[in-house]
Amino acid sequence: MNWISIGTLSDIPRRGARCVATPQGKVAVFRTQDDQVYAIDDHCPHKGGPLSQGIVHGAAVTCPLHNWVISLETGKALGADEGAVRTIPVKVEDERLFLALEALASRAA
Amino acid sequence: MTERLVIIGNGMAPGRMLEHLLEQAPGRYAVTIFNAEPRVNYDRIMLSPVLSGEKAYEEIIIHGDGWYIANNITLYKGHKIVAIDRAAKTVTSDHGVTEAYDKLVIATGSVPFIIPVPGHNLPGVLTYRDLDDVQAMMLAAQSRAKAVVIGGGLLGLEAAAGLNAQGMDVTVLHVMPTLMERQLDPAAGYLLQRAVEQRGIKVITKANTQAITGNGKVEQVELADGTIIPATLVVMAVGIRPNAALAKEAGVAVNRGIVVDAGMRSNDPDIYALGECAEVNGMVYGLVAPLYEMARVAAHQLAGNEAAAFVHMDTPTKLKVTGIDLFSLGDFAEGEDRQEIVLRDAAAGVYKRLVLKDDRIIGTVLYGETADGAWFNDLKKKQTDISQMRDTLIFGQSYQGGAPLDPMAAVAALPDDAEICGCNGVCKGKITGAITAKGLTSLDDVRAHTKASASCGSCTGLVEKLMVLTLGDTYNPAAVQPMCSCTTLGHDEVRRLIIAKQLKTIPAVMQELEWKTSCGCAKCRPALNYYLVCDWPDDYADDYQSRFINERVHANIQKDGTYSVVPRMWGGVTNAAELRAIADVVDKFEIPMVKVTGGQRIDMLGIRKEDLPAVWADLGQAGFVSGHAYAKGLRTVKTCVGSDWCRFGTQDSTGLGIRIEKFMWGSWTPAKVKMAVSGCPRNCAEATCKDVGVICVDSGYEIHFAGAAGLDIKGTEVLGLVKTEDEALEHIVALTQMYREQGRYLERIYKWAKRIGIPEIKRQIMDDGAKRKAYYERFVFSQKFAQVDPWSERVSGKDKHEFRPMASVGFAQAAE
Repeated sequence: MNWISIGTLSDIPRRGARCVATPQGKVAVFRTQDDQVYAIDDHCPHKGGPLSQGIVHGAAVTCPLHNWVISLETGKALGADEGAVRTIPVKVEDERLFLALEALASRAA
Repeated sequence: MTERLVIIGNGMAPGRMLEHLLEQAPGRYAVTIFNAEPRVNYDRIMLSPVLSGEKAYEEIIIHGDGWYIANNITLYKGHKIVAIDRAAKTVTSDHGVTEAYDKLVIATGSVPFIIPVPGHNLPGVLTYRDLDDVQAMMLAAQSRAKAVVIGGGLLGLEAAAGLNAQGMDVTVLHVMPTLMERQLDPAAGYLLQRAVEQRGIKVITKANTQAITGNGKVEQVELADGTIIPATLVVMAVGIRPNAALAKEAGVAVNRGIVVDAGMRSNDPDIYALGECAEVNGMVYGLVAPLYEMARVAAHQLAGNEAAAFVHMDTPTKLKVTGIDLFSLGDFAEGEDRQEIVLRDAAAGVYKRLVLKDDRIIGTVLYGETADGAWFNDLKKKQTDISQMRDTLIFGQSYQGGAPLDPMAAVAALPDDAEICGCNGVCKGKITGAITAKGLTSLDDVRAHTKASASCGSCTGLVEKLMVLTLGDTYNPAAVQPMCSCTTLGHDEVRRLIIAKQLKTIPAVMQELEWKTSCGCAKCRPALNYYLVCDWPDDYADDYQSRFINERVHANIQKDGTYSVVPRMWGGVTNAAELRAIADVVDKFEIPMVKVTGGQRIDMLGIRKEDLPAVWADLGQAGFVSGHAYAKGLRTVKTCVGSDWCRFGTQDSTGLGIRIEKFMWGSWTPAKVKMAVSGCPRNCAEATCKDVGVICVDSGYEIHFAGAAGLDIKGTEVLGLVKTEDEALEHIVALTQMYREQGRYLERIYKWAKRIGIPEIKRQIMDDGAKRKAYYERFVFSQKFAQVDPWSERVSGKDKHEFRPMASVGFAQAAE
């Protein structure tokens, strides 16, 4: 897998997210209270809300538009709602963050 | 023939390695050790007890001089190796001794990380690494003066406790929001901070050290926020890095540490590395258990057993400070496929958290009661399926059918002088005393005899819990709707307990009120953040990650992810320069929609998030500040033109509206607050459907409140008539403060008023002058911290990360 560097862990606030711009749209990279890092498309399966702007709690985010709760691990909506958003492999090495390039490209295909 | 084994470094890892090697291959090697420290091998882990005076150096020696003689080992004390010649297979010390080797072991350990702030090299700045550091600190401590420890991790806290025990006045500076954040979750970090502070050690978190200053020696430490802390001793304990410089110069492969394979062998087959300087499979280690494992593997390899291999292991972290029990192990991050079991006992200061995955323990944090740490560690190591004991697991190994968790514990733990009823100033002891002494059995009895819960009623839940505690199961309280699924407490109870227990952070609330989750949810976090902002305006640091996006970026998110921006137009009054500035901004940023709002101002919609700071900068040039159109706070004060222009106007309604808005802007409230001032009963400003409204009449100002014109439509109630503008302002401010202190998060004024009762509000604001004055003064105090324009703050660079993408990737590939 090809890993592409996107910055460091400290670029993202705890219980927060930052965006990575790609030709296919924004990817939201989350950092939880416990320093776990996840990446998903910045696009709520409900009405396309920017998930990166939501409140992060545990390993989930609440969409700012209509309060859907999305699992950061699986990309699936939690609770009664149904839907899913794409997850993108991300790894942390020595505080540095990398996204899987193939996963980004495959979305364009 | 005897082979020559040379070891660089004489710490715990090579010491342990030699013990194994002497056992497995006695006589195989002629061993020579070079130790840069002028002494034998001692137990570095025990330096903290030496510093605190609980142990002496002699007690922590592992291998005394006799051991080296008995085992025929040559030890060069105080010899630092300055060069390795791999071709000639020799090493040379700074005293000029050259020794040849067949096998070389590099165990140079680590070096403390020094923050390169100005003044880091002043006399009086120390690190915490070896016995020399400890002796220097003990010498400095004799002055009984002030010390600053930079770093709130394991080492820093141990140093702080030691210096404190030596009689110094110690302040710990930690750059992160909670102590030991790598090993502890915030809940345990909060408890740790409390315990450290109870010992008289000051802790400043989010402390960014800017400089260490002094005339020829350390005199003070300066933080980025301007705080100055006097100090004669500064200990830097911010971390360590592998000491691999010597190996690197010799051309041995070095990444973060000296790169070795699972057999501890470097890319030079005759050179091994172990301890903190070694990097195995991309990992470097600092705790003793894996380092001893490296020692075992290296000894096996040197004895000829090439199958020995190092395997990664999680090691529990423990803090070696007497009286603080803390244990942390493994992975305690949350995740959807993981479950957590949390036990909090607020009274005993206990916090336990187990993280489970597929019915197996993968992580543990224990605070206050760590006796079961070893057992949990064992269950984790053995991957034991815990599904059978799941319900009782958290109580530990010795648990045998003990008592279930007590939902009353938080209330039971309150001291007798904790205030339960804020309206009437009634404390816990008075209530429980009256119940017992007078044989009270109903809530009405308690209200009649103590006045508790007899006014606004927001403490009713707590009073009822006290009745259950005193009367037992004979009393059945009404069910309280919990704030969210993270707690059994309702909003009112949480608010009262925040005050009664002086809880000043979100982790403190969650610990003391026994939250069921480790970091709350999107419902309770914004509510708690508001309550803390409201109750501790001077102490509480606003937690932006617990705010809804609109309040975090000070604009309104729209359905397409763009934002809208509404600058403040005081009382709805504007002028040509302001309108021109708005027109210029609209052109410059190609803002697609401009709309006049219902609150007498102008909304610009469709602004890209990245453009927000630049938009605000331009608006700020024209004198605009944020209109807080996104806030649970004061929005607008609508006005009519009043006596200045209108032939019916009775008072200067525009002037009063502007005065109210200038006085109250920036304040946070449970839900949004919209106001209006009309200059006569014709009411052109529509004041009688607002949260707070004023109708000017000839004889003065009629104050209205609790109107609604949204989901519900409701005319206002009349609070009362006052004669002067000053009085009108004081009453409105006091009313708002009462609502701020009692309202539940997201509860508008009309709903709050219905719950509390209009007569009670009138009694407190109109009739009780002292109470009104007190509310007014608390609002004024809070405004000192609230009236900062959030837009100009962000133009100056605050929260820059919010407005920029972290990176842009893949664009070049797409162009090809």
